[in-house]
Amino acid sequence: MKLITRFSDGTLAVKLEGEIDEHSVIDIRRRADEAIEAHAFADRAIFYLGGVSFMDSTGIGFLIGRYKKLRRFGIRAYISGPDPTADKILTMSGVYTLIPKINDEEDRL
Amino acid sequence: MKNYMRMELSAIGSNEGFARSTVAAFALPLNPSLAELSDLKTAVSEAVTNCIVHAYASSPAESSLVVIECETEPFLEGEDAGNEGGGIIHIRVRDYGCGIDDVGKALQPFYTTKEDEERSGMGFTIMQTFMDGFKVESEKGVGTTVFMSKKIGLKDGVDA
Ligand SMILES: Nc1ncnc2c1ncn2[C@@H]1O[C@H](COP(=O)(O)OP(=O)(O)OP(=O)(O)O)[C@@H](O)[C@H]1O
Ligand SMILES: [Mg+2]
Repeated sequence: MKLITRFSDGTLAVKLEGEIDEHSVIDIRRRADEAIEAHAFADRAIFYLGGVSFMDSTGIGFLIGRYKKLRRFGIRAYISGPDPTADKILTMSGVYTLIPKINDEEDRL
Repeated sequence: MKNYMRMELSAIGSNEGFARSTVAAFALPLNPSLAELSDLKTAVSEAVTNCIVHAYASSPAESSLVVIECETEPFLEGEDAGNEGGGIIHIRVRDYGCGIDDVGKALQPFYTTKEDEERSGMGFTIMQTFMDGFKVESEKGVGTTVFMSKKIGLKDGVDA
C-alpha cells in the first residue's frame, strides 16, 4: 500500500494507492496519523482514493478513524475519486455524511 | 460442468489478498463483469477478515485455519454457452473459532464488538448487499460458517 502526502495552501492531501484490507491498513494508519500530527494546523484534509484498486469495510474504519483524529485538530476531511465499488461501500455506510465526497483534480500531488 | 475447489489457509492477515484473488480467479470461466468480480472479492474479503479478527482473536494464528470452498455452475453447457458464459458461484467460508453469541444482532448494520479497533460493523451488511444468497451458521466455541452465492454474467458491464 502506498501513501503519499503533500501539504499546500492549508490543505493536507493524502493519496492512497493499492489494496486496503485488514493487513495493509496497519501501515497506512500509522503513516496517515503521522502526517496529520505534523500538519495539525491544516484547514482541511483530502483523501484521494483514485488509486485504491480494492477496499472492504476496513476502509470505512480507516477513514472514520482518521476523521475522528482530524476533528480533534479542527480539520475538515473530504474524499475524492473512489471507484464504483468503494463508492457503494462508502455510501451505504454513511461515511460521506461525515467526510463529504468532492471532485478535486489531483494536481495537489 | 460443475466445478469445485477447496482451500485451507492460516488465519493471518497476509492471506487475505490471496484468498479473495483466488476465489475471483476461480469465478473467471463464468465471464464475470468487472463489477461482479469486484463485488465477489469484497464479500470474500469481509468473510475471511472476520475469521481473522473475530473468530481467532484469542487463538495462536499458526494453528488457526480458514477453510474456503467454492462451487461454480454454468447456466448453459457446451455450444449453447458460446461466449456468453454466466452461471452461479457458491462460496462457503468456515472457521473453527469462538463462534457468535447472537447471529441476529451480529447481522445488523453497524453492530460491532470491536469498535476500539476501528471496525465499523458493516462486514455482514456488505456481504448481503454484494451477493445474492447469504446465510450464517454459528455455534459458540465451535465456529462459524458463512454461505454466499452470486449469479454471474447476468448484468451488462465490462468483462473482466
Ligand atoms: N467469524 C466470526 N467469528 C466470531 N464472531 C464474528 C465472526 N464474524 C463476525 N463476528 C461478530 O459479528 C460482528 C459483526 O461482524 P461484521 O463483519 O458485520 O462487523 P465487524 O467485523 O465488527 O466490522 P467491519 O466488518 O465493518 O470491519 C463482529 O463485530 C463480531 O462480533
Ligand atoms: Mg467484519
